[in-house]
Amino acid sequence: MSKIITRRALIGGLAVGSGALLSGCDALGQNADFRKLLSLGETGNFAIQRSLQDRMALAREFGPEHISPIFRANGTRVPPGDAYAAHMAEKFANWRVKVDGLVAKPQSFSMDQLRSMPARTQTTRHDCVEGWSAIGKWTGVPLKLLLDVAGLSTRARYIVFHCADMMSGQNPYYESIDLIDAMHPQTILAWALGDAELPVGNGAPVRLRVERQLGYKHAKYVERIEAVDDLTKIYRGKGGYWEDGAGYEWYAGL
Amino acid sequence: MIETTELPVVESARQETRQIFRHRLSTRLWHWTNAVTIFVMLMSGLMIFNAHPRLYWGHYGANMDAAWLTLPRFPGWATIPSQYNLALARHWHLAFAWVLAFGLLAYLLWSLINGHLKKDVALSKAEVAPAHLWEDIKKHAKFDFHSEEARYNPLQKITYSLVLFVIIPAAILSGLTLSPGMNAAWPWLIDLFGGRQSARSIHFIMAGGIAAFIVVHLALVLLAGPINEIRSMITGWFRLETKA
Repeated sequence: MSKIITRRALIGGLAVGSGALLSGCDALGQNADFRKLLSLGETGNFAIQRSLQDRMALAREFGPEHISPIFRANGTRVPPGDAYAAHMAEKFANWRVKVDGLVAKPQSFSMDQLRSMPARTQTTRHDCVEGWSAIGKWTGVPLKLLLDVAGLSTRARYIVFHCADMMSGQNPYYESIDLIDAMHPQTILAWALGDAELPVGNGAPVRLRVERQLGYKHAKYVERIEAVDDLTKIYRGKGGYWEDGAGYEWYAGL
Repeated sequence: MIETTELPVVESARQETRQIFRHRLSTRLWHWTNAVTIFVMLMSGLMIFNAHPRLYWGHYGANMDAAWLTLPRFPGWATIPSQYNLALARHWHLAFAWVLAFGLLAYLLWSLINGHLKKDVALSKAEVAPAHLWEDIKKHAKFDFHSEEARYNPLQKITYSLVLFVIIPAAILSGLTLSPGMNAAWPWLIDLFGGRQSARSIHFIMAGGIAAFIVVHLALVLLAGPINEIRSMITGWFRLETKA
């Protein structure tokens, strides 16, 4: 019976079949309903990680022997524009970080104020969605302290980070996290990497560290922290620059 | 599991053809679910790999660190999707990961209960005796794969055990270790693999192991008689020709 179908025909058939499979996968990937179906995986991952993970569970902190010799800077290396260039020239003396939105007392912190607040130092691993990792020592003020000073409204559900970083020249970089990550002890606004001021490539003068998520959540060049009840009204509504533009998951815990 | 039914005897060359019930429903369901899932995982995985086609050992590793393996990017015919799209590849990979992990779990539990693992996959002491294994290797070299009752032979059992209990579980666990959220939830994952970049390397090696298994598996199906083999994986019934 196996003689009826020759091996050559079978192998040819497999090749044609796999070609059809591949173009079929591309077609499926372009279908909005199918992508919605696939995104159930993301919803499930978010749900199961949040149920397995204690709210306060810490990301691994490393000893100094594990620090990457060179901490790779990624994304924007130097934000374009005169305004940022002027801040660089002034060594960020006039940089402000505003905290507004659904808060009782909107704030505007100078870098000196941020540096004089209680700081946390943590040597953690930065995991890029592309697959690489770098370990660095970060120092900064816990986000919770800033939100406590501003008096977060009970209506607030997300914290949005607006950046002085026009990624593609059109849309500014922004990111958002929920309140579980916002209140996490390792979620800090870092103003130092290693024992030096935060370099420009890594987000000077201040960047977010949200250690239980991938690198694109760690907004650099933070200018404004906004408390909101809904992400759909901000830019294209997906909660972040890469989420809006490239379809990355909003929850980047894996 | 062996159930036989008496079938008309084929007279030519004094051969007898018997139908043997070879594959249970659980095995067949898992096989075809995996036939799809594994391909999606491998091909979307290659697209994810393409985003940073370098592998490292230890906790960290980026462009300026020493890679133990650097590969050119995999071509479009080998990846899902075929054009560079890391976000979409991740959607595929992280959705089908559920099917792979819970499919394996369900299959192993079902196979434990229905006795498949004990009766068909577990190796007896006699089978792992060097002389017995050597006989089996010689039989394979002669392309003679079928025992009298079409049961799995020792090399087959060793391969299936390796895939079931080592390669796929290691692929799943090393994949979980890549997740910073899972690292916080289950810190022992990082220690199990010796760091996230080691886990990424092991994840890639396990994927290579699965790909190698598929190549050998398909080659053996072709050599052993593809119609009979494929039919038995669809209906469960295998045709065995024995010399009368």
